[in-house]
Amino acid sequence: MSAINYSEKIPNNVNLSEDRALQRALEHWQPNYLKWWSEMGPTGAQAHDVYLRTAVSVDPAGWANFDYVKMPDYRWGIFLTPTDAQRKIHFGEQKGETVWQDVPGEHRANLRRIIVTQGDTEPASIEQQRQLGLTAPSLYDLRNLFQINVEEGRHLWAMVYLLHRHFGRDGREEADALLERRSGDTNNPRILSAFNEQTPDWLAFFMFTYFTDRDGKFQLNALAESGFDPLARTTKFMLTEEAHHMFVGESGVARILARTCEVMKQLGTDDPETVRAARVIDLPTIQRYLNFHYSVTIDLFGADQSSNAAMFYSAGLKGRFEEGKRDDDHALGGATYPILDVADGRIVEREAPMLNALNEVLRDDFIRDSVAGVGRWNKVMEKAAIPFRLQVPHKAFNRRIGTLANVRASPDGSVVSETEWAANERRWLATAEDRAFVASLMVGVTEPGKYANWIAPPPLGINRQPLDFAYVRLN
Amino acid sequence: MNAPVPHEILEQHLIDPEICIRCNTCEETCPVDAITHDSRNYVVDAAICNACGACVPPCPTGAIDNWRRVVKIEAYNLAEQLTWDSLPAQQPLPDALVAETSIEPGIEAAPAPLGPCSTTPPASANVPIVNLFTQKAPLTATVVGNFRVTDIAAESDTHHIVLDFGSTPFPVLEGQSIGILPPGVDAAGRPHLARQFSIASPRDGERPGYNNLALTVKRVTVDHDGKPVRGAGSNYLCDLKKGDPVQVIGPFGTVFLMPNDPAARLIMICTGTGSAPMRAMTERRRRLLGRHVSDGGDPPLMLFFGARTQAELPYFGPLTSLPRNFIDTNLAFSRTPGQPKRYVQDLMRDRGGDVARVLAIEKTHVYVCGLKGMEEGVSLAFSDICRQYGLDWSTLHPRMCEQGRYHVETY
Repeated sequence: MSAINYSEKIPNNVNLSEDRALQRALEHWQPNYLKWWSEMGPTGAQAHDVYLRTAVSVDPAGWANFDYVKMPDYRWGIFLTPTDAQRKIHFGEQKGETVWQDVPGEHRANLRRIIVTQGDTEPASIEQQRQLGLTAPSLYDLRNLFQINVEEGRHLWAMVYLLHRHFGRDGREEADALLERRSGDTNNPRILSAFNEQTPDWLAFFMFTYFTDRDGKFQLNALAESGFDPLARTTKFMLTEEAHHMFVGESGVARILARTCEVMKQLGTDDPETVRAARVIDLPTIQRYLNFHYSVTIDLFGADQSSNAAMFYSAGLKGRFEEGKRDDDHALGGATYPILDVADGRIVEREAPMLNALNEVLRDDFIRDSVAGVGRWNKVMEKAAIPFRLQVPHKAFNRRIGTLANVRASPDGSVVSETEWAANERRWLATAEDRAFVASLMVGVTEPGKYANWIAPPPLGINRQPLDFAYVRLN
Repeated sequence: MNAPVPHEILEQHLIDPEICIRCNTCEETCPVDAITHDSRNYVVDAAICNACGACVPPCPTGAIDNWRRVVKIEAYNLAEQLTWDSLPAQQPLPDALVAETSIEPGIEAAPAPLGPCSTTPPASANVPIVNLFTQKAPLTATVVGNFRVTDIAAESDTHHIVLDFGSTPFPVLEGQSIGILPPGVDAAGRPHLARQFSIASPRDGERPGYNNLALTVKRVTVDHDGKPVRGAGSNYLCDLKKGDPVQVIGPFGTVFLMPNDPAARLIMICTGTGSAPMRAMTERRRRLLGRHVSDGGDPPLMLFFGARTQAELPYFGPLTSLPRNFIDTNLAFSRTPGQPKRYVQDLMRDRGGDVARVLAIEKTHVYVCGLKGMEEGVSLAFSDICRQYGLDWSTLHPRMCEQGRYHVETY
């Protein structure tokens, strides 16, 4: 049964009405959520009619549902992909056993921690992005931002459902705390540091959705392998929504590049100052933003050696990306994996037990996926016959977590001294001046079919609508 | 028998590598595992893809929704697709092939119309879902309503039949059709073939928010040549009682769809049960009325509707009660006693000035549905009107076809 029950207060496909205690708990949490949304959700946008996609069922057909919705009226709900009665745990020490429908006592604390950490990122990103609506480069982009925001809100619901349904009182308290922490708050910040950074402008937003939402993709994929079946089924459905977020990032940066290249060709220049004078973003600034977002995001995968990661895997709580498609023994007893270290002032590789290096495994999968997309961005410059190419920096660059946290490395992976770092930091990472320049371009464009000067229009509208469609009606 | 060996033409499903972000959603969604990828591209195996459309709505980018008409044996293979940086343009097909071959996918749809018409949907149409349920695995719907919509005294017996799908999603768009499997076997002892009917209700249900749809079915008692015959599909449907189960397949149709753009104008021309898709589109626009402010001036919809007599015109009552600033309704009756025969094309010529004015608008879409042969008369009428009011039908018509703005369905 995959139809979503919209007649109830909380739309769901999990037969919520049959569990009165749970339903009451969630109905109690719902007004607090709405209060949080009105305080911390998109600024000044609650009355707009937004052309949103709402999930009406978890099968493919349920995805085509587009209509105008005011965001506070969006039907946040609880949707899990259907159960597969045959599903077995397919990695770790309990490989081959039937998956769990309830939390095994011995894994309770760890599963709660995994779910809370994932859940905390969802409202955090909404908080980080709450001012962006005021400076959207078009109604098309504004709509995409709001679509992301409401879906991150739904992802919070997904995690809160698991906490309420499976973790009793602790779970309810954790669910409340998810609404109490605030991104960037010094007293009660969000759990992961990347989610306490600001998303001050649209270049940062596109980089964030390209890189940081892709971290989400890989974490969710690893959790979709979990032996705890409700977590696997929840995250699987979330992944379908996550794809849209990465699309916004990838196409957003590509459109900025396309516009910059167009202006560079018109002016016949590659001088960043001349490009800036034409009110578009110069390519080196885009590279510096990329370096920042990439390095901050790869920290999210955690320390390169982690006994927690080993334990999560062996216990069947969290798998690897595409675990089912790998042809090893899925227990990883004697396997090793190369991680980075520093020896004699150089960055070197050394083998570590794979079980302990699983964070690094997932980070490397993320890096492969990210690099491929950067290659697609470079096609924009290739097409325009402009020799500049974007690159992701070395894995050791600007790291704050793990072995490399105390190493200063340049984007090409050479170890540098503090002095060299200080002398070059402005060339490598976006500076306050860069951010001020980008911020100076950010002016909201609200006329249908018009796009800000610094970004090209998209090649296609949403849901086959024309580019001059009123994707948001401002009220 | 010396007919040439038929070459099948395939509407090949392809993914645009320039727009695709390689998120894997399509591969994950595909029910028949037709989609695969390497480190460079996501590609569709033409030998496996059945054009069910399941991958289209979940795609976040729109890259998935690309189709090229190819001779089936020359379809782009996987190795070739994996090397692409951009999609190839549509290549012209040999004319001889186009004329004499069948086109996949889709079921035994209505035969291709005589004159040219659009082969792509309107630019702003929703992505349709097709072939969710098949002859091998049909869906059982329940009849929740069945009543006659032509006057009881009229010779023709047309029914409005409402089918409910319970909790099984059956997403449709206005202009799409479904297939009905009549029970039992034909004279030769084979199961009856599916009968195709246009949907007469909008996408959100005959009753808004309900998982149901309506059909307009005329009881067939004579064949095209006037000989008595009892149509297995139509008689089965017209005799159904409330609560009866019905085997349904589909939905079908990827081209004859309405634009979502609220500013789009529609000119609808139909006869008899060809009114079904027009009723669906009209009702869709009527339900959106409250939400979309009209730009004033002309009504957004223009209808030319023909029947033999007023008593035989389905939905005559509800139609005439729609507000005039919403729909400009023109009715033609060919057999009203004591009056000259009037056909839809006569009415169009009478309203030539208004038709020309609407036709010249870039957002106007034309829909023609009814008995075979009417498309020719309609096209001639447009041509005459254009000549009279300074438009050039010989260039406008192909342009509208190409832009997905001139749709014809006849039977």
